[in-house]
Amino acid sequence: MWQELRSELHPAGVEIVSVSLDLGGSEAARPWVEAAGAQHPSLIDQAHVTDELFGFVNVPNAVWIDEEGVIVRPAHAAHVKQSPLREMEVPEGLGRIGEMLVEVKKIKADPETYVAALRDWAAHGAASTWALSPDEVVARSRPRPATHAEAAASFELGQHLWRAGDHESAVGWFRRAHSLHPDNWTYKRQAWSLASTPPGEASDLIQGPTDLYEGNWLDDVRQVGAENYYEPFEP
Amino acid sequence: MILERLEVDRAELRQRTGWEVKPEGACRGDVCVPLPADAVTPEGALDARVLAQRLGMPLVSDAEHGLWALGPASVTGRSLDTAVAPELVLPDLDGRPFDLSSLLGRKVVLVAWASW
Repeated sequence: MWQELRSELHPAGVEIVSVSLDLGGSEAARPWVEAAGAQHPSLIDQAHVTDELFGFVNVPNAVWIDEEGVIVRPAHAAHVKQSPLREMEVPEGLGRIGEMLVEVKKIKADPETYVAALRDWAAHGAASTWALSPDEVVARSRPRPATHAEAAASFELGQHLWRAGDHESAVGWFRRAHSLHPDNWTYKRQAWSLASTPPGEASDLIQGPTDLYEGNWLDDVRQVGAENYYEPFEP
Repeated sequence: MILERLEVDRAELRQRTGWEVKPEGACRGDVCVPLPADAVTPEGALDARVLAQRLGMPLVSDAEHGLWALGPASVTGRSLDTAVAPELVLPDLDGRPFDLSSLLGRKVVLVAWASW
């Protein structure tokens, strides 16, 4: 997906930098990066610093940065290909997975618009209607009330303790981050997946109910509405 | 930032958060917040409590582990205080550090993803 786009846009002076927001580190990211045949920088953000630095609240999220190192689009949901799951018929009898697939189909993404916007920016740079002025970038960046800032600090303690091996304490801080910033899907999905993924195995995508957390993917998505899982990409 | 003491090294503050302490105060992009004299310790480090208060940064204590986390500034109410991209150095798959600023001169789409 991204590699294909990268091949197209690289001659026009665009580079893709992928950043894995994952406490699983290189081990979790490598199979995906290699399968994608990524020729662009593929970086590992175990500590989730970019969530805080750029305002990422879900994946995939992206920012656009111009040749002078100035952000021209603040953090936004970034889909370059429609997921086949959106179109598929959900078979009967799949239980919880089936219910999740029903919600996935309601998630909104508009890769056609997004890819067209990227191509327009690649071709026209600052003259593109999709490139925002610095003031607009700041004004349109996600709000950060004190509760969200505290969530980031709490999550940071959680990741620090997790990596130090103190999983029980880490969970306490992840829970705190979730309650302070409930719309932050990154904090939730990362924590849930750590809870339900057996050691050494690929990240669990079902993220069902556990004893450790109040929420889970299906119930939390239903609560907020799957159509609100990603915000629309607008001019 | 994870702290083991309530002091912050200036260079580390700049690298980790983009806030730079100058004579005018703590600055990030076009925003400068004046700091009182007691913001700087006798050794030249920054007092975390003063920074937290002036920049609206949460200072979360984990007493059990003797740690604090100094969170991002909420003084502007937005996740970006400036459109200037922050300094960013992250390892690649093999652990080699990659500096985002090495891409100056190119347009960059920085996309976050995850295995989960």
